[in-house]
Amino acid sequence: MKKFKEKLSGRIFFIFALSSISVLALITVFIIVKGAPIIAKVGFFNFVFGMKWSPSQGEFGIFPMIIGSVSVTLGAAALGVPIGICCSIFLAEFAPAKMREFFRPAIQLLAGIPSVVYGFWGLLFIVPFIRNFFGGPGLSILAGAIILAIMTLPTIISISEVSLLALPRQYKEGALALGLNHWQTIWSVLLPAAKSGIVAAVILGIGRAVGETMAVIMVLGNAVAVPLSILDPVRTLTTNIGIEMGYASGEHQQALFATGIVLFVIIMLLNSFAQYITRKR
Amino acid sequence: MKININSKLMTQDSKPGLPSSPSGSPLDSRQSVKIKTDRLSLHYGSFQALKDISFDIPKCAITAIIGPSGCGKSTLLRVFNRMNDLIPGVRVEGKVTLDDLSIYEKTVDVVSLRKRVGMVFQKPNPFPMSIFDNIAIGPKSYGIKDKQELNNIVRWSLTQVALWNDLKDNLKKSSLDLSPEQQQRLCIARTLAGEPEVILFDESCSALDPEATMKIEELMVDLAKKYTIIIVTHNMEQALRVSDMAAFMMIEEDKAGRLVEYEKTNIMFSNPKDKRTEDYITGRFG
Ligand SMILES: Nc1ncnc2c1ncn2[C@@H]1O[C@H](COP(=O)(O)OP(=O)(O)OP(=O)(O)O)[C@@H](O)[C@H]1O
Ligand SMILES: [Mg+2]
Repeated sequence: MKKFKEKLSGRIFFIFALSSISVLALITVFIIVKGAPIIAKVGFFNFVFGMKWSPSQGEFGIFPMIIGSVSVTLGAAALGVPIGICCSIFLAEFAPAKMREFFRPAIQLLAGIPSVVYGFWGLLFIVPFIRNFFGGPGLSILAGAIILAIMTLPTIISISEVSLLALPRQYKEGALALGLNHWQTIWSVLLPAAKSGIVAAVILGIGRAVGETMAVIMVLGNAVAVPLSILDPVRTLTTNIGIEMGYASGEHQQALFATGIVLFVIIMLLNSFAQYITRKR
Repeated sequence: MKININSKLMTQDSKPGLPSSPSGSPLDSRQSVKIKTDRLSLHYGSFQALKDISFDIPKCAITAIIGPSGCGKSTLLRVFNRMNDLIPGVRVEGKVTLDDLSIYEKTVDVVSLRKRVGMVFQKPNPFPMSIFDNIAIGPKSYGIKDKQELNNIVRWSLTQVALWNDLKDNLKKSSLDLSPEQQQRLCIARTLAGEPEVILFDESCSALDPEATMKIEELMVDLAKKYTIIIVTHNMEQALRVSDMAAFMMIEEDKAGRLVEYEKTNIMFSNPKDKRTEDYITGRFG
């Protein structure tokens, strides 16, 4: 009887696991089936490196959007990664226990804020700030990068902090016993030892930034053009889909799915890179 | 002969100006003192772990600290490189001097003290990086940047611990791929690279098999020609084999660790003055 129960519950879990995986597989297949024909028609090279996006005239080049995604993401990483890593070092190595207990939930809260709220806040504060102090329309790569940097912080901080705290105490003791000071210990022993965790944190944070749509739709300006400075508006792959999916049909819709395929591949690559790094130790 | 060596003789001996008087100290008069403790006490918060410990540790010799579990051997060892500073609430009283430096003085730079007093831990703790980096990391942070000089230091250190021939072609390999014995040797080499004067070993062979232990012991004896070595060990055979001086510690009713007897190792093992020492040693050999 007991055996039967165990078997049964095993089966049930298996069915759940299978169904969630198959839903994922279904979505993937769906996106590919919907998007692949247009890539085949326009040509992979023309699609990915094409400069012109005007669906009504049958022009489907997403290169400006790739540039948009890459530039906003790099900007977010340039701001978010150093700040995030510094915060995690502070929390893991310097903050008194009480302060850590205050910061942890605060950071979790940051992760819980819906992305529309970030976008709205960015539109109200960051965009006018940029317009007034740096010029340009304000709706810009910089605005998107700032918003995304803030949104990636919880991921980067919490995963990096955990990987620093998870290091065996012997590393720190060994380094201090060698006559390294606290900073040297952090810099040349603890950070390298926690490297894989920190890199994974950064990549997951970046993955979040690449995939984010709502927050950036509101602050990027969404112009389909290759930007010349960080104060120019851009459109990213995600915002392209978010903006046009509502009314697109026919080849236009297919092209949006194809944009999804490109996004999918980029995020897959990032995640497998993160996996590879963490596994390599 | 059941006099209380601990409180009578030892404290008399620690009068200033009498570094190693032949009358009280077990050291020969020609042996110079490297580390000296004077009525050293240590509290972990409200708990007193060490009480009134006064003894002289000779230069370029091996001193073994022995005693039952929990009597404060590790605590005493970690006094010498101030590793106890890492634990919140630790309080040290009395005086500990390294040569002429009183190491608990406020003006003492702990980082440079730890360069002079190296430590090898119980479990080998190589850093998760290459063999080369494990050794170069100390010198690099002391400010040595020259690649050639670092190469020389790595070579010299690995040669000292008899690893150079085995590893010279694999310096890029991760230290975590080495055997436990090699890892412990690497940790010793890493300590030597900082050119310390004193090396502390806290049960550094207890994670190794007997053969590896023998080899590390030989290495210790060899190193003692140039370095002052202090070891903590539960292994009486080991203490007898390698050490020149032996310090027997024990806790009393108040749970504070005390130095019961401090003597030349062969004298302590053949003719212990204190009954407790005798019981412990014979029990341990038993
Ligand atoms: N960080 C600490 N905080 C509070 N008490 C401590 C701390 N470390 C050690 N102690 C206490 O101090 C006493 C001496 O500990 P210590 O580790 O020095 O003993 P030991 O002789 O090295 O023991 P062992 O042979 O088991 O290694 C013990 O009672 C221990 O519980
Ligand atoms: Mg111990």
